[in-house]
Amino acid sequence: MTAFLIRRLFQAIIVLVATSVIVFTGVFAIGDPLEILLPADASMAEREQVAESLGLNDPLPAQYVRFVTDAVQGDFGRSFVYNRPATEVILERLPATLELTFTALVISLVIGIPLGLWAGVAAGSATDETIMTGSILGFSLPNFWQGMMLIMIFSVTLGWLPSTGRGETGSLFGIETSFATWDGLKHLLLPAINLALAQTALVIRLTRTGVQETMPLDFVKFARARGISSPRILFVHVMKNILIPIITVIGIEFGSLVAFAVVTETIFAWPGIGKLIIDSINALDRPIIVSYILIVVTMFIVINFCVDALYSLLDPRIRVSAQ
Amino acid sequence: MTAPLLEVDNLQTHFETLAGVVKAVDGVSFTVARGEVLGLVGESGSGKSITGFSLLGLLDAPGRVVGGAVRFNGEDLLALDAKRQRQIRGNRIAMIFQDPMMTLNPVLSIGTQMVETVRAHDTVSRAEARRRSRDALGKVGIPSPEERLDAYPHEFSGGMRQRVAIAIALLHGPDLIIADEPTTALDVTIQSQILAQVQQLCSELGMGLIWISHDLGVVAGLAHKVAVMYAGRIVEQGTVVDVLDRSRHPYTRGLIASTPMANQRGVPLHQIPGSAPSPLDRPEGCSFHPRCSRASDACVKVPEISRTRNHEWRCFHPLGADI
Repeated sequence: MTAFLIRRLFQAIIVLVATSVIVFTGVFAIGDPLEILLPADASMAEREQVAESLGLNDPLPAQYVRFVTDAVQGDFGRSFVYNRPATEVILERLPATLELTFTALVISLVIGIPLGLWAGVAAGSATDETIMTGSILGFSLPNFWQGMMLIMIFSVTLGWLPSTGRGETGSLFGIETSFATWDGLKHLLLPAINLALAQTALVIRLTRTGVQETMPLDFVKFARARGISSPRILFVHVMKNILIPIITVIGIEFGSLVAFAVVTETIFAWPGIGKLIIDSINALDRPIIVSYILIVVTMFIVINFCVDALYSLLDPRIRVSAQ
Repeated sequence: MTAPLLEVDNLQTHFETLAGVVKAVDGVSFTVARGEVLGLVGESGSGKSITGFSLLGLLDAPGRVVGGAVRFNGEDLLALDAKRQRQIRGNRIAMIFQDPMMTLNPVLSIGTQMVETVRAHDTVSRAEARRRSRDALGKVGIPSPEERLDAYPHEFSGGMRQRVAIAIALLHGPDLIIADEPTTALDVTIQSQILAQVQQLCSELGMGLIWISHDLGVVAGLAHKVAVMYAGRIVEQGTVVDVLDRSRHPYTRGLIASTPMANQRGVPLHQIPGSAPSPLDRPEGCSFHPRCSRASDACVKVPEISRTRNHEWRCFHPLGADI
């Protein structure tokens, strides 16, 4: 287990170094932040002074080395736009996105797994057809359009839920979160549903396929031959087998949700990091872009690690080979 | 004479597929008494496994029992509701499957699967169920059963897994065990151990046993009675001595002649000409007549059953009659 951990840690470091080089070079290539930061009529002397203060005059390798030296000490640079440490700006916005994605994930599991099980058990029936058609819609209708329709129906026509902003946050276990207030929950619901739709469709399809693949297996038949009840066969014997692929995909998708909640955050004016990164790219705010991407990469690594850990909980065969 | 433990009368199981109706089991009748071992013999696709599954209501869609009766301890198994059927499965009638690698759920421990089997039929505490499971494992010769309860199926060898499956089948001291080629996937040495064990347990506990196999040698050594199946019908059945030594049906004779014997070394093995008919396109009348050297025009009709006291066959031109 220790060897496994060390190997994983080593891999993680390589991934982080590689990403930082690529991102740093990429950000360098997309344009000169001075063009955006300074007014059009700024003098050469002013430009020179700002460039010098931001360290933009050094060659790329020198800038990279300085960045890495600071980064290992926890300093990812100051945002050009906000003039505050980049990590501080990002971490301030991160909880909003995390609570949005987390809610979306929970919705997709709570709705997706039962529907998928139902569709899988009743494969070929009208119920199955209805659920599968619904999931195709969830997949294929553009996310932004779904978002606008949700606003149209629930905010404009019915007037039940607010359409923009994060609403009031309260303190829960010392964390500022929308879960703590009714107003916050109301604001959270629509964007979370929007973000959850495609994910739910994915979970439904994965679960259904899993049920269909597992049900004809001999051990299911043997369980029936032992007189085990149908609910127990489905919820224990089949579920435990199909959770492995579901968790794999959910793990990867959770990372993507956090990173690419951009569309939903834009539609619902949700003050999360998705919106922040779009703004920062527009403003060529290099420290924010670089830190953001590194944080997201770290998140992916951590999630993948958790997924692997969950595997060995679910599948005894993996537990043995990991030891 | 008391009623037999199991009485199967004119059982018919059909699969309605897009290509047509497959009559997998086409009018099968046999009986099994307490303590009696019936060998059900036939080639792949002859319907012997489907017969076994039909008795327990374990057919996969689109398979369906369309006719006949199965009386077990005075109850008609085919007329039971799902609940009563479940109560009988694994409790009064247990089943052992062909491939021990596939019959146990890979992600649940042996103990979990045994305890749930005990508790599926008896309301006992977890500890009591575990104690019974441990005793059952001990009875089939698994060393240190207490610790092995916590092991997972992949930690057992094939032979050990089959012993576990037998232990599970024995948990409730069933009246009847249906064993579907339980030793086919095992080494010869393990096979003989398991055979000896099953034989001993059956006579000790007075259970009926249906041993489904394509191996005449095994059946000859184990069974009291043999039923030979061909293309969904029993073509000959009776005591082992009658069927194997005084075969009346040409197919039985062909099967015996195709079995390698030590005293015929170097002599080319007999082969039955042609191949088993497609289940979708069975010959009219006696399904064996296109492959039979004794066939005549009469064989385009299904022959009635002819019988002596312990022996019956379906053939217009039985062997032995003209000797």
